[in-house]
Amino acid sequence: MNVRAIVLPHTHGPARAVWLLLCAGIVCLLVFVLALACGSNPIRWADLPRLLFAADASVEADIVHRLRLPRAIAAATTGALLSMAGALMQVLVRNPLADPYVLGLSGGAALGALSAIALGTAAWTVNLGAFIGALLAIVIVFGLAGPDLGRLEQVSAADPSPRLLLTGVMLSALAMAGVSLILTVAPVERLRSMVFWMLGDLSGAIASVPALLSVPLLAVLSVLFGRELNLLLRGPGAAQLLGVNVRRLRLLIYVAASLAAALSVNTAGTIGFVGLVVPHALRLLIGNDQRVLVPASGLAGAAFMLAADTAARTLIAPQQLPVGAVTAMVGAPVFLWLLSRRR
Amino acid sequence: MKPSLLDVEELWVHAGPRRLAGPLSFRVELGQFWCLVGPNGSGKTLLLQALSMAGGAAARAVRLGGRLLGEWPLAELACWRGLVPQQLHDAFAAPVLDVVLQGRHPHLSRWAWEGRTDRAMALACLERVGLSRFANRDVLTLSGGERQRVAIATLLLQDPPLAVLDEPLAHLDLAQQIRILDVLTEDLATGGRAVIMSVHDLSLAQRVATHAIVLGGAKPLAGPVDEILDGETLTSVFGHPLSRHNALGRTWWLAN
Repeated sequence: MNVRAIVLPHTHGPARAVWLLLCAGIVCLLVFVLALACGSNPIRWADLPRLLFAADASVEADIVHRLRLPRAIAAATTGALLSMAGALMQVLVRNPLADPYVLGLSGGAALGALSAIALGTAAWTVNLGAFIGALLAIVIVFGLAGPDLGRLEQVSAADPSPRLLLTGVMLSALAMAGVSLILTVAPVERLRSMVFWMLGDLSGAIASVPALLSVPLLAVLSVLFGRELNLLLRGPGAAQLLGVNVRRLRLLIYVAASLAAALSVNTAGTIGFVGLVVPHALRLLIGNDQRVLVPASGLAGAAFMLAADTAARTLIAPQQLPVGAVTAMVGAPVFLWLLSRRR
Repeated sequence: MKPSLLDVEELWVHAGPRRLAGPLSFRVELGQFWCLVGPNGSGKTLLLQALSMAGGAAARAVRLGGRLLGEWPLAELACWRGLVPQQLHDAFAAPVLDVVLQGRHPHLSRWAWEGRTDRAMALACLERVGLSRFANRDVLTLSGGERQRVAIATLLLQDPPLAVLDEPLAHLDLAQQIRILDVLTEDLATGGRAVIMSVHDLSLAQRVATHAIVLGGAKPLAGPVDEILDGETLTSVFGHPLSRHNALGRTWWLAN
């Protein structure tokens, strides 16, 4: 499917990149502050700096430091990771409809996490199970379709790498069959937490150090390999002819994007739509230069997830929605709207 | 002795495991225009791909600048030869100028961004193929012939000593065919380039070629155009009587 860029770039080069990233960064920061202020116990904006940087023993300081700050950081991190992974996966399979889970990662993660929940082990093992499941899916897909990463097909063939894509889809289907099995036989009282996990939930989520570090790492990598990513997007044969080692580059994208998605799943479960909608929408707005698109996707994804999680916490407070339900509720209509305004 | 730009020795063209054509031996020097002709399915595209991509039999049978094709690092090879494939498929929208700018990739370091000079060079290449007004157009909206000329502009910007083109004239109208041939021969005159191009129109081949390769016969032929392109050979290769005519000071080929 082809989508025209609504805004073709008028200025060029690093200056435009810095300008766009600055704008996205400011938006992200504003939403971050909003996420700290809003909640079932609203905090006045004027009090925020004092509570953040000179915490006292008040309840508000406790709420900000113990609840909202870790949660906001986790939301921003998962949003950034998923969006950047989505943008990279779209380059890897040369399809604007790909998302971070397209290669079967979510199925493996869900199977791992739900097994842990079903066994009733400690809470931290759920995330570990998800991470191990995701890693297994990555390794299996690579083992089955890895040789395809270097295939150039015909020099000009339209075909991206169908075996990679289909292997991922099939593995995901297999894992989801296992998930259905667990859902059927699991004790009723655990079903609710299983459903919440599968939708993606940020309550009590804490971003791990590797997850935090991989955000800037992914952004820097995508800038360094940006021109090669752009070439790969136009076609693997053409890219190889212009000096890109297609196999090595695809392997790099595959590993980086999969690990980023796995780290995000490890933090908050399989939150959907962010990794699909954010890069897609940005591509329509700012064009398709991966050196700008991938880092900007990170910032916009962080902002989107922060906003969605704030809504999830406040819409029916004190009840909480799983954030994945909110991203889907907002993401799907936005996506349809973007599609309908194609010229 | 200075090595030839391209030195092909006993090359077999393979279609998968099957030997399609060969053995081929020829040498390409700067300033030469090689036209590759032959019936459908005679291996023209496969030969051009073998000459421009490392890998397979070509890695050991083809020397570029005296060095075996298989021994070239990809990034360096991209500064020496360029290929315009027969068909192009775009999955994503992009401004035409950005597509042309990809030709600068092999010449820029990892840290560099395409700058004002690169953009000016890209615009100049678009101008040469007659598409300067299309710089900001979305590549997905181009017609087949326009897309092909964008690919040729990309090759011009890449500026390789060896330019390989797979039926670059296929989708072009008559005027554009002549324009592209003129653009290609202009660069030959300066001695900075050699061209290998597959083409179906024998008259167009005759118009520009200094040398020719004919695939599809019992044995592949390669050499100076006057020795290779004659009525008897072509008639037997294409399986249809073809004849040579002289008019307007040029040689034309017609199917009887």
